Amino acid sequence: MRHKLPEVSARERDGDPVRLHVVTGKGGTGKTTLAAALALALAAGGGRVLLVEVEGRQGIAQLFGTPPLPYEERPVADTPGGGRVSALAVDAEAALLEYLEIFYGMRRAGQALTRFGAVDFATTIAPGMRDVLLTGKATEAVRRRVGDRRRGGRDTPAAPHVYDAVVLDAPPTGRVAQFLNVNAEVAGLARVGPIRNHADKVMETIRSPRTVVHFVTLLEEMPVQETLDGVAEVRAVGLRAGSVLVNMVRAEHVAAADLDAAAAGALDLGALERGAKAAGLDRPDAVARGLAAEMADHARRVRAEAEVRERLAGIDLPRYELPLLAPGVDRAGLDTLAGRLRAQGAV
Amino acid sequence: MSAGAPDGAAPAPFDVGALLADRATRIVVCCGSGGVGKTTTAAALGVRAAELGRDPVVITVDPARRLAQAMGLTELDNTPRPVPLPGAPGRLHAMMLDMKRTFDETVEEHADPERARQILANPFYQALSSSFSGTQEYMAMEKLGQLRHSGDWDLIIVDTPPSRSALDFLDAPERLGRFLDGRLIRFLSAPARSGAFRLLGAGVGMVTSVVSKIVGAQALRDVQSFVSAFDAVFGGFQERAEATYRLLQAPGTAFVVVAAPEDDALREASFFVDRLRADRMPLAGIVLNRVHGTAVPGLGADAAAAAARALEDTGEHPLAAAALRLHTERARVHEREARLRDAFTATHPEVPAAEVPARPEDVHDLVGLAEIGRGLTG
Repeated sequence: MRHKLPEVSARERDGDPVRLHVVTGKGGTGKTTLAAALALALAAGGGRVLLVEVEGRQGIAQLFGTPPLPYEERPVADTPGGGRVSALAVDAEAALLEYLEIFYGMRRAGQALTRFGAVDFATTIAPGMRDVLLTGKATEAVRRRVGDRRRGGRDTPAAPHVYDAVVLDAPPTGRVAQFLNVNAEVAGLARVGPIRNHADKVMETIRSPRTVVHFVTLLEEMPVQETLDGVAEVRAVGLRAGSVLVNMVRAEHVAAADLDAAAAGALDLGALERGAKAAGLDRPDAVARGLAAEMADHARRVRAEAEVRERLAGIDLPRYELPLLAPGVDRAGLDTLAGRLRAQGAV
Repeated sequence: MSAGAPDGAAPAPFDVGALLADRATRIVVCCGSGGVGKTTTAAALGVRAAELGRDPVVITVDPARRLAQAMGLTELDNTPRPVPLPGAPGRLHAMMLDMKRTFDETVEEHADPERARQILANPFYQALSSSFSGTQEYMAMEKLGQLRHSGDWDLIIVDTPPSRSALDFLDAPERLGRFLDGRLIRFLSAPARSGAFRLLGAGVGMVTSVVSKIVGAQALRDVQSFVSAFDAVFGGFQERAEATYRLLQAPGTAFVVVAAPEDDALREASFFVDRLRADRMPLAGIVLNRVHGTAVPGLGADAAAAAARALEDTGEHPLAAAALRLHTERARVHEREARLRDAFTATHPEVPAAEVPARPEDVHDLVGLAEIGRGLTG
């Protein structure tokens, strides 16, 4: 990924290697938050970015403090330099109906399908169909160019892309390879026919060097293990891993020697007590004992974090660290995270 | 349990020990959103139940590798395996659900051998049984029903699948049932020239033609042959799903909602509590995982920050200043979590709550699970 300069036109920016950023992570790691921060980082300096969510959770609306997103691309944030992040909550049923209308002009048939429960059938049951519809929507936005008469129409190379980048808030790490491996998903289903062709087109975009998968993790064992597994799985199906985003990293206030002492239970209680007294705290002896216990706890956690950090270092991907923010991340928090992504060269 | 407790009141304590020790408790379902430590809680409850003299079996779905290893589980396996717990009066078993095999076994049980063979070989069935988004939930419930029905188990503890939404597993059996029993599938399975098609006329023809356009004719044929083979066993499936659903409502079943003291997790927990009530499912209480405490309870975040700043300004006592900074962070987390917990309690004053303190390291052995279990049960 390169820095985008604001004065570069969208057309010239077409040379930028990555256009679809898929963000995955174990539940609870802040995947949606970092997907939004990445979108803001990409839009900083004038980019047009689409942020897509597919899990029906309305996580984007919550983050940006907007009403629930409809099945429609809506601007959610402007960035300095004229950039803009739009967002879309993809719904598989709506995507299927839209797909039928676009490719077959079958709005009425679509309605009949709804009545017969066929939409339920196709999107919930037909394996892989749901994922193809969801990824199909995101990849269509990647390919879409200014002036396309209809969505999903031909990829006219002359016009600039509508979006400089698309960020997909994807399903969790454990499912992401399957989700993206569209070909395999529909292989058992449609050997020929329009869904097959549609899937091939989706797969072409997902397999292209312009698509990468980012893995959000915490400095904890389980998310790190899932990241290691996820990177291997994504690569096994021929897709590109982009980076590891280590989220909620705490600032370290304590000197290494003090941490060692704390871990060994050999902290200087007298020094703590004198400090507590100097700061005018009540019961400095009790405060000192409590502080020592907390520091010992902290030292154990730091050690555990160092271990998982070492395992992460074994992955041959760029690693970016994002700070732990006060909870209830809002736009200011997202901007902070976006700034950190840019400062580390992630975008 | 007192309805209408005032704001900020401590929740009714959730006596997990009494729940597990009560021989009338036969099923415990752990549910909650992903990433809150549901599987760990289920495993810890299992260990503790064995310590309390019960003979529990823990059904896990997709546990973290080291947690699985801690319980001696190495692969998907539909047979409960004994977990050695030296010194515990009860016997603990654990299993990792093999969704596809459970589905296969259920088909084999309900269909005659020839039909079962046809179903298992059908490409549509193979896809359905391994990747339908509700299959895992459905099969977890099916397995629960089987184990309960066998009568071999004193206490069954189920860890629900890591669904998109914590509610999925309650809906999945119905969704699968609705699909398999749906109008569309009846039409699809009717032979082309049968009465059904003639009666319904062009509408159905159009639908099948569209479905065929979308998925391809071969796939449609696979679905049709699956449906005609499956039709005979469907009644059995549906009955089972309904029986399991009733089992969940029956006395002897207890739902434990697992959450972490975070916005999203508590919101999901809140939905879940409401949903369980709407479905008349017996909610025993909520387990709040990873609650951060402080070792200097009297010192709030703001006071600690001010003290740290004062020391930093003098440049003396760097160790105490660092320790106070650390405490400030902890106290902030503690205060926020307390606020979130209080807000939850204010909305759901009748839901008993238990807390599990956050640990500096992940749990991946039986000793850690036992500690959590004991911490929960006092």
